[in-house]
Amino acid sequence: MLDSIVYVTMGFIGVAMVGTFWRLIKGPTIVDRVIAMDKLFVYSIGLILCLGMAEHTSLYYEAALLIATLGFISTTAMCKYLLRGDIIE
Amino acid sequence: MNIAWIIVLPLLGVIAPLLANPTRRNQVAWITAVLPFAALLITLYHAPAILAGEVVQQTWYWIPQIGLTLSFRMDGLALLFTLLILGIGLLIILYARYYLSSKDPMGRFYSYLILFMAAMLGIVNSGNLLQMWAFWELTSISSFLLIGFWSSTGKARKGARMALTITGAGGLALLAGILLIGKVVGSLELEAVLNSGRLLVEHQWYPVILALVLIGAFTKSAQFPFHFWLPHAMSAPTPVSAYLHSATMVKAGIFLLARMFPVLSGHDAWFVTVSLVGLATLLLGAYTALFKHDLKGLLAYSTISHLGLITLLLGMGTELAAVAALFHIVNHAVFKASLFMGVGIIDHETGTRDMRQINGLFKYMPHTAVLCIVAALSMAGVPLLNGFLSKEMFFAETLEQSAIGALSWLIPLLATIAGALSVAYSLRFIHDVFFNGEPKGLKKTPHEPPRYMRIPVEVLVALCILVGIFPALLVGDLLKSAGVAVLGGTLPYIPLYIWHGFNLPLLMSALALAGGIGIYARRKVLFQFQSHFKEVDANERFDAWLYQVITFIRRIEALIDKRSLQYYLAWLSVALLILLAAPLLNLSLVGDNVVITPLTAEVWAGTALIAIAALATVVNNRRRLFAALLISIVGLGVSLAFARFSAPDLALTQISVEVITTILLLLALFFLPQTTPKESKPGRLLRDIGLAGIFGGIMATLTYAMLTRPIETISDYFLANSKTGGGGTNVVNVILVDFRGFDTFGEITVLGIAALGIYKLTAGMRLFLPATNEDGLPWSRDKYPLILKQVSQSILPLALLISAYIFLRGHNLPGGGFIAGLITAIAIVQQYIGHGNDWIQKRFYANYVGFIAAGLSIALLTGLGSWLWQKPFLTSWFDYFTWPVFGKFELASAMLFDLGVYLTVVGAAMLILAKLGQLTVVEPYSEKED
Repeated sequence: MLDSIVYVTMGFIGVAMVGTFWRLIKGPTIVDRVIAMDKLFVYSIGLILCLGMAEHTSLYYEAALLIATLGFISTTAMCKYLLRGDIIE
Repeated sequence: MNIAWIIVLPLLGVIAPLLANPTRRNQVAWITAVLPFAALLITLYHAPAILAGEVVQQTWYWIPQIGLTLSFRMDGLALLFTLLILGIGLLIILYARYYLSSKDPMGRFYSYLILFMAAMLGIVNSGNLLQMWAFWELTSISSFLLIGFWSSTGKARKGARMALTITGAGGLALLAGILLIGKVVGSLELEAVLNSGRLLVEHQWYPVILALVLIGAFTKSAQFPFHFWLPHAMSAPTPVSAYLHSATMVKAGIFLLARMFPVLSGHDAWFVTVSLVGLATLLLGAYTALFKHDLKGLLAYSTISHLGLITLLLGMGTELAAVAALFHIVNHAVFKASLFMGVGIIDHETGTRDMRQINGLFKYMPHTAVLCIVAALSMAGVPLLNGFLSKEMFFAETLEQSAIGALSWLIPLLATIAGALSVAYSLRFIHDVFFNGEPKGLKKTPHEPPRYMRIPVEVLVALCILVGIFPALLVGDLLKSAGVAVLGGTLPYIPLYIWHGFNLPLLMSALALAGGIGIYARRKVLFQFQSHFKEVDANERFDAWLYQVITFIRRIEALIDKRSLQYYLAWLSVALLILLAAPLLNLSLVGDNVVITPLTAEVWAGTALIAIAALATVVNNRRRLFAALLISIVGLGVSLAFARFSAPDLALTQISVEVITTILLLLALFFLPQTTPKESKPGRLLRDIGLAGIFGGIMATLTYAMLTRPIETISDYFLANSKTGGGGTNVVNVILVDFRGFDTFGEITVLGIAALGIYKLTAGMRLFLPATNEDGLPWSRDKYPLILKQVSQSILPLALLISAYIFLRGHNLPGGGFIAGLITAIAIVQQYIGHGNDWIQKRFYANYVGFIAAGLSIALLTGLGSWLWQKPFLTSWFDYFTWPVFGKFELASAMLFDLGVYLTVVGAAMLILAKLGQLTVVEPYSEKED
């Protein structure tokens, strides 16, 4: 039961990723794209955790953890760039 | 004691002066002197055996198959030079203590000086020619630093550059010569080369080898026509001149001639070339010295002339001449070093070195004057002083010459003329400086220098007199053993005494003396005559020549280098295509035999994500921010792929590198245009797409072929031995810190150097700061939005915790020092983003250079630690322990090594990012950098 739920979830995430990816390419503004990038990071976390559950391994966990922490930092750096241009001032 | 210490101790001493308190000048000098003094004691310890004819050797094999060894060898010749280098070097250290002003960075000066000393010791004590060459180059580099020590003056920089160019070029010629010798003899070991007898002389390559070695020696020893760099090197501080141009640097070339004498002399080409070059240098130097108004200029040309004399002696080919050459090496070093030091004192006390201004100093500084006069008389070759003895031997030898056939009678004649000129310029030095009326236009009243500044001069002048009166007693044995080293077993009787009876050499001496006085008395006429010639500035000529060479090279470069990345890539691809064509045609794909991983939906989706994002990056490459964003999506896709295909280590690394790259790109992008202009014409675009497409296809094919190859790889070895040999179950980490630890050590060193390079390159950089964004809108006024500040700060402990966790488990599960370092660096950078430089500087003082240094030291010490247990560098150790509460756990030396990796990565990443971030800070940090 759980296994099939995991696969269904992964399907949903996949659809969300395709949509977000479309937004990333399409824009129209750079802010749309940054948000899309951040969303893609978030979906990747979900995807990777589901994958771990499906394969009954905890090895993916750290990758998800890192994407969560560092992906966020990527996004803030992008935002700071849009706001001020100079990200370390 | 091992003789290797004689070189290693001074080499270690390079850092000693930097450790001392720079304000305590005596302390700096003492600390500097300790290690060379120890080296001198070791030399003296070995001296009796070497004087008795023994050769002390020490060899460590490195790659003996190709002749690479670390080998030290001390015979009589090396002993003689070692004593000169260390003895005079120690006196120079004492002298420089008083010579340098309190504004000069003393520690740095001593560091360079000791580096130079160690390099010289390395040349004379090397038992392997290639190793000798490495030290030879090191003297070129360290002398460059010393000559250019006062780098704020253009003269010093130019002089240093000229010396480096000439001696460096000569060094390259010497390298070629040494390699040829190695080919002919079959070994680069000095022992083998010296025992090869007439093999080299009779070989068909002899002329080439001789020419190359002689170019090396002549450039270093400032022989005609390469002599012009030496006077310009006089812009060095005087202690440096005293050391480099009397006992060491220029004598290295002479040493090489003496070293190679047994195997390269014994052919007419040697005799004619070496003796004629020596003769020309002798005369030219002596003549020019007479007309120099600058005291150091006079000494410089006199050095050139005396070097010419020694070269001439070595070129004569008789055994006694070679011994006379060795004797004059010692004598010249002693009196020339004392003269330079005397001139330094005069310069120090009067503020000038112009002989037209400084006159009549005897009254003001009688003590110094007496010292200088004795040394100058020795230079002139006056009896009862050491210079007289070797000059008598020289005159005697010129009479024996037949190298240039019927014209050989010219040699004694020219030698006497050179002798007379030498007397004349010595006389000029004595009379002009110490007598001849009153000083003119001096800014201060001269007086005696500090007591200890005179001691080195006194020691050397005492040697001049003592050697002059008791030659056999003081230097007899040394000369004999050095002579044996140069000439081989047979040694002639050396007539080391003052009185030889009335003979021709004595007559020549008397003539030279009388002639010298005559020349000096009639100097006005000579100066008049000389003023008809236009004085040529070697610097200008050299610059013009250098400019021509550079323009020529630039023209060639412009033909092949279009300064375009596309151009490089295109050529690289084409070249590889040509090289790969044949093997590619023979490549067969054997994929059918291997079980292929099934392609599932998520793999398809992921591949599509990466491919589309990559394609979009290419299409949008002119919109730079968008491209940076897209490329980070590609990176995300790649790290997901790594995670999916069982490479969690790579996934973790990829994601950390991706983030840090994004930050780096954004930091740099701020200073750059936001869009790239369109440059490629359609035709070129088509060509580039074609090339890239073909090349991509080939790479994909190759990867496929690699992955489906059913052969055994070395991975199996690592998998089997990771736990038992390295004590960790994470094979990737065990490979990094254990199996291939040496590679990792090299890599983190490169990383550290790269970071320091970026740090230096961006120091004091001023950049245009855009006032608006790409659409012309002003930036937001809110520098540090509240949410950003709060979230950044709260993420720090979390990220550090993750970093520690990843680090600690690295040996057994995915993770390790590299990834942990990146995570820490990113977490700190986030604080810079959220709070700005000021905020961080107040709260967190971090010396990132120190991080790199600490990291590299820890890694190095961990590696060296295994020597304590007689194991090779970086052998790792691990064991299991049990503690009551924690249970069983493992301790491994690899962990310590990984800590070094971690610190280096943090330091390097932060140094680069923080430095780039500070470029926009106008006040107050940028001021500090200047």
